[in-house]
Amino acid sequence: MRDRKQKQSYANWDYSLETSVPTGWTGHSLCVNVWTGENAEQEPSLYTVKAVFILDNDGNRLLSKYYDPELYPSMKEQKNFEKNVFNKTHKADNEIAFLEGMTIVYKSSIDLFFYVVGSAQENELMLMSVLNCLFDSLSQILRKNVERRCLLENMEGVFLVVDEIIDGGVILESDPQQVLQKINYRADDNPLSEQTVAQHITEKLALTSNVLQSAKEQIKWSILK
Amino acid sequence: MIKKFDKKDEESGSGSNPFQHLEKSAVLQEARIFNETPINPRRCLHILTKIIYLLNQGEHFGTTEATEAFFAMTRLFQSNDQTLRRMCYLTIKEMANISEDVIIVTSSLTKDMTGKEDVYRGPAIRALCRITDTTMLQAIERYMKQAIVDKVPSVSSSALVSSLHMVKMSYDVVKRWVNEAQEAASSDNIMVQYHALGLLYHLRKNDRLAVTKMLNKFTKSGLKSPFAYCMLIRIASKLLDETEGGHDSPLFDFIESCLRNKNEMVVYEAASAIVHMPHCTARELAPAVSVLQLFCSSPKAALRYAAVRTLNKVAMKHPSAVTACNLDLENLITDSNRSIATLAITTLLKTGSESSVDRLMKQISSFVSEISDEFKVVVVQAISALCQKYPRKHSVMMNFLSNMLRDDGGFEYKRAIVDCIISIIEENPESKETGLAHLCEFIEDCEHTVLATKILHLLGKEGPRTPQPSKYIRFIFNRVVLESEAVRAAAVSALAKFGAQNDDLLPSVLVLMQRCMMDSDDEVRDRATFYMNVLQQKQKALNAAYIFNGLSVSIPGLEKSLHQYTLDPSEKPFDMKTVPLATTPITEQKTEIAPIATSKLPEKLAPSRQDIYQEQLASIPEFQGLGPLFKSSEPVQLTEAETEYVVRCIKHTFARHMVFQFDCTNTLNDQLLQKVMVQMEPSEAYEVIHYVPALSLPYSQPGSCYTLIRLPDDDPTAVSCTFSCTMKYLVRDCDPNTGEPDDDGYDDEYVLEDLEVTVADHIQKVLKPNFGAAWEEVGDENEKEETFALASVRTLDEAVGNIISFLGMQPCERSDKVPENKNSHVLFLAGVFRGGHDVLVRARLALADGVTMQVTVRSSEETVVDVILASVG
Repeated sequence: MRDRKQKQSYANWDYSLETSVPTGWTGHSLCVNVWTGENAEQEPSLYTVKAVFILDNDGNRLLSKYYDPELYPSMKEQKNFEKNVFNKTHKADNEIAFLEGMTIVYKSSIDLFFYVVGSAQENELMLMSVLNCLFDSLSQILRKNVERRCLLENMEGVFLVVDEIIDGGVILESDPQQVLQKINYRADDNPLSEQTVAQHITEKLALTSNVLQSAKEQIKWSILK
Repeated sequence: MIKKFDKKDEESGSGSNPFQHLEKSAVLQEARIFNETPINPRRCLHILTKIIYLLNQGEHFGTTEATEAFFAMTRLFQSNDQTLRRMCYLTIKEMANISEDVIIVTSSLTKDMTGKEDVYRGPAIRALCRITDTTMLQAIERYMKQAIVDKVPSVSSSALVSSLHMVKMSYDVVKRWVNEAQEAASSDNIMVQYHALGLLYHLRKNDRLAVTKMLNKFTKSGLKSPFAYCMLIRIASKLLDETEGGHDSPLFDFIESCLRNKNEMVVYEAASAIVHMPHCTARELAPAVSVLQLFCSSPKAALRYAAVRTLNKVAMKHPSAVTACNLDLENLITDSNRSIATLAITTLLKTGSESSVDRLMKQISSFVSEISDEFKVVVVQAISALCQKYPRKHSVMMNFLSNMLRDDGGFEYKRAIVDCIISIIEENPESKETGLAHLCEFIEDCEHTVLATKILHLLGKEGPRTPQPSKYIRFIFNRVVLESEAVRAAAVSALAKFGAQNDDLLPSVLVLMQRCMMDSDDEVRDRATFYMNVLQQKQKALNAAYIFNGLSVSIPGLEKSLHQYTLDPSEKPFDMKTVPLATTPITEQKTEIAPIATSKLPEKLAPSRQDIYQEQLASIPEFQGLGPLFKSSEPVQLTEAETEYVVRCIKHTFARHMVFQFDCTNTLNDQLLQKVMVQMEPSEAYEVIHYVPALSLPYSQPGSCYTLIRLPDDDPTAVSCTFSCTMKYLVRDCDPNTGEPDDDGYDDEYVLEDLEVTVADHIQKVLKPNFGAAWEEVGDENEKEETFALASVRTLDEAVGNIISFLGMQPCERSDKVPENKNSHVLFLAGVFRGGHDVLVRARLALADGVTMQVTVRSSEETVVDVILASVG
């Protein structure tokens, strides 16, 4: 059985050898292929964003959403893709890259990396507007402390922001002000209704120390960088 | 070392991740507090966040535990904490696929979506639509319709986007919301407008008339949303492409007017749409190119990238249109974003002059190691195009390529380089030896089996014809010693070709073959034994048939025929001539090294078009007993594109018969056609034997009917014939909306264009990699020669093209390319005539006041030679 299989594959090699050695195609026709390949414009649709993810400065996933079920269906492929993207992008802040046939726009802040992924044919500026909206909205709910610790402490807000900006790959909103209005979320500053004053005070204290700590972090990172 | 440890500890201590060591079971345990009264929103919120975080990290939840957590979560709807409620919606969406009975929350969500709190309504709609299936959709239809036209933008947007998601699942229901979507499209809110437009297009995309109307309306009234503008531009360019509308159409004007939009996104979309249009003239491109030129100096990297990438595409077809941007591109070659720099350089390579090539190549080699494989492939493509343009530069390029070949890189990248080197070798005979030397060096250390076998094949083909064939033997035999089975087998085949072509090498090749016969792999041994025996005969004809020119049959076809043969054993030996020939014309084999199409190629050999037809025809009882399918033509259109019925014909040739397959499409939505057949009146002695009608042809569903004819037996030279065709059918009028047909119908007919059968329909293309050997193999027994004057043709190129398309034979030895500035040319053609007779044509062309052509035909069958000469004359 094994032998037979092998024979078959040999036959295929030979076949592909005979046919794949290019006799007629030339560099020119090759260019045209690239041309037509890209020209095979997709159906106009609202599905703009293929994926969005936020990684920390070790390349670990903090949040990621994949909207195209055909793109990296398994968790292993997703994480592998994220790793590749991270390796190619974390050294230089170049804003845009093209990897594994995807257009990727990205942005970093202190110890965080934000990525928005679209197809090769996608309008790069559309992807940029999604990335900017994501970043500005988060920057506001995190009170400009766009760093890992603060982000993780307000993870629910982050989930909600992403949910308001992109729904199943469709851009739902691109204006940060609108996003904030819709989720009506503020970091660590809930009204007093359900808390005792003491709780509130301890929280305030914690917040100040938080701010101090994060300021310290920021300084540290800026020095390390 | 210790210090480092400390630091790390400290780091993880201060930047602590509250979610770092989450245990799924612990979180689920915690989720029990959902059941406590009163609900503590802060704690519950935190736990929901943990659950979503875990799901996001790829943690697997079993159905039971997920369902349990989900049901506990539903209790949280009692709390009125806004953030908590929003997190519940998120949890519902995340768990929709893993938990059971998610529809339990339908009523809570419906309540929220129709309630007073605007903050809840939008997200509730989106969550609800996520868990709704077709049957339940009817129940919420009323609410959805209201929500689409709601005056709160977030509600309307959510409803529109959710409807779009549901189109895939229940098109028929969503289609009924078209009027609401139409109303939403005139909303003041920019996002609502965009989403409504997207949904409308999606519902109407199959109805070209409706799309045209929609475009007219929106292009006139104007839109506020830049996103919506981008969408409109895409729709317009697609429509232009489909209708092959000229560039004077109002749609083109619309796209062009978008170049003056104040939003960069729209401007870029419009420029990119124009650039991607086929058949754009330089004048039409100019405004698009000039806005892209402006973008090149933008401070935003994404915009520069977008601009230079698009300019790169323009440069492939219209290098001259981009020359105006050369200065701006020069500024980008040192861009810190290497992708931008690479694209700028490759564009300049296409548009710049020959003198700048060296400088640019130097610049690019300074950072080639920093860029990703995708862009390296772009560089290789640019080099490949450059070699076409400036053949004299091939030595610079070859050096550069060989350096790249030595670098690290993935398979796609290496394949692009190898393909590029091979094409240079084929274009420039003088670069052959250096090219082969680089490739030999490459396979010495090559981990990609496919590339190694490909190069060995090339060596086998080209090596024996070089002045010093012996120097390649070492490289090839090294493969036999060192590599995997597949490569060893390919190396043996290559060796055999050296032995067959070069008599002085034959003894040494035979010695090496002897060694290969002791290989551990049976395929390698088989090949070695086979070639050894063939070579020992020292007969040219045998060499040609079994070493130079391999099998020309289709492999799946061969497999099927052999299987058939073993099923009913007979005394007769298996006849290779009954096997259908391979149909993929070799010249059209596309080598995709586009950076875009990096998806994995299918491993299995896909059945060719002809194998599919063979299968289809064999399933029709009337066509059994015709023997194997010999050739299927490309489809011929028998109607204009925009008529009531669209008919195209595919001609299938068998040994003694032909079958005409008519693919008919009915484009009238108020008619059902039945018993459709195409009646044919031949002009020659062809005899129509049978019609197979298409029983029913509903609106826009293609169907096929067939006509079987017998080829004249008594006159084998009668190969061409004209048929006048009429389509006959029974019409039943029907209601365009329901498709319900009337009870009775009437007969009608429709005249189609004439169908021609020519000599090309009787000949199958076959590639003979070594034409000379094949020519000797057939011998001059049936050779005939004649001279013709082609008065109407002005250039050799034109003459060559005409002959190839007229005879439908395969050009060999790259003889379809006429070198520039030559007055004479020899064209080699190979094919197989119906019935399995090899036929070879050598046409010597001379240009002098028209083209004179001397045709020599050889074949194993005399009548075939006559047929060809008769049809040329």
